[in-house]
Amino acid sequence: MINSLDAYLVLSALLFAIGTFGFLARRNAISMLMSIELMLNAVNLAIVAFGAFIPGLAVDASVIAIIVMAVAAAEATVGLAIVIAIFRNRRTPLVDEYDAMRR
Amino acid sequence: MALGETAPIIGIAFADILFVMLAAVMLGSALMVVLLRDIIRSGLAMIVCFAALAGIYVLLQAPLVAAAQVLVYIGAISVLILFAIMLTQTKAGPARLVFQTQSAAAAVAAIVLALVVAVAVGATDWGEVGERMHTATDTLARVLFDEFVLPFEVVSVLLLAAVIGAVYLAKREESGPS
Repeated sequence: MINSLDAYLVLSALLFAIGTFGFLARRNAISMLMSIELMLNAVNLAIVAFGAFIPGLAVDASVIAIIVMAVAAAEATVGLAIVIAIFRNRRTPLVDEYDAMRR
Repeated sequence: MALGETAPIIGIAFADILFVMLAAVMLGSALMVVLLRDIIRSGLAMIVCFAALAGIYVLLQAPLVAAAQVLVYIGAISVLILFAIMLTQTKAGPARLVFQTQSAAAAVAAIVLALVVAVAVGATDWGEVGERMHTATDTLARVLFDEFVLPFEVVSVLLLAAVIGAVYLAKREESGPS
């Protein structure tokens, strides 16, 4: 099992699906950002798994995974700053109460 | 290793047991992240999920990625998210309703997505799939600073821009002319 690429890819698909559910279902903006982090981690797991099993990708996959981590850090920083800025104005972290552009 | 390759009684390789345990911890804590009502607890479950994923990177023999996972995700992003949770908790306590009204549809969509990807993974022939290979850190460093040096520098500029943007967005508005 540990030596089959499919096991890692299915694990990554499950993690991505859990992240998708969280992103679609949670009301709290920070919970949605945490779900996005789960999805990015799932993609990273798939990349590293391909790198470990397919000979031509060995080193490139690790480089791509590390760059994805850096971009995820930038995304989390800006996303949380936006959530905090909105929270300061609207006094709520719940996304379905952010309806200023619908009225 | 002093122990044999396979566990004495059940006859399963130790590495397989380790993989199953790490996968179970990772998926369980990921489910806790999306299902728990208390957002602080789901933030802490996220740290457990990242730690188990770092263990899986070690099983995939990518030590530098595992170290970066611990440093970046557990050390930085989780702390950032926990601070944001503390800043946005209201005195009224957690909201009555944690989930949107369409959460049942979201669950169906997520399950369908997982099934489709799992079937696609099973049906695809990945070509020459070898054994797990070790990614040596010195080779990785050589490739990162030679072939991938432009993306590396672009990422550093991106991080700088993100830091400046985050400080600008999150700072309190001055009550000056605007």
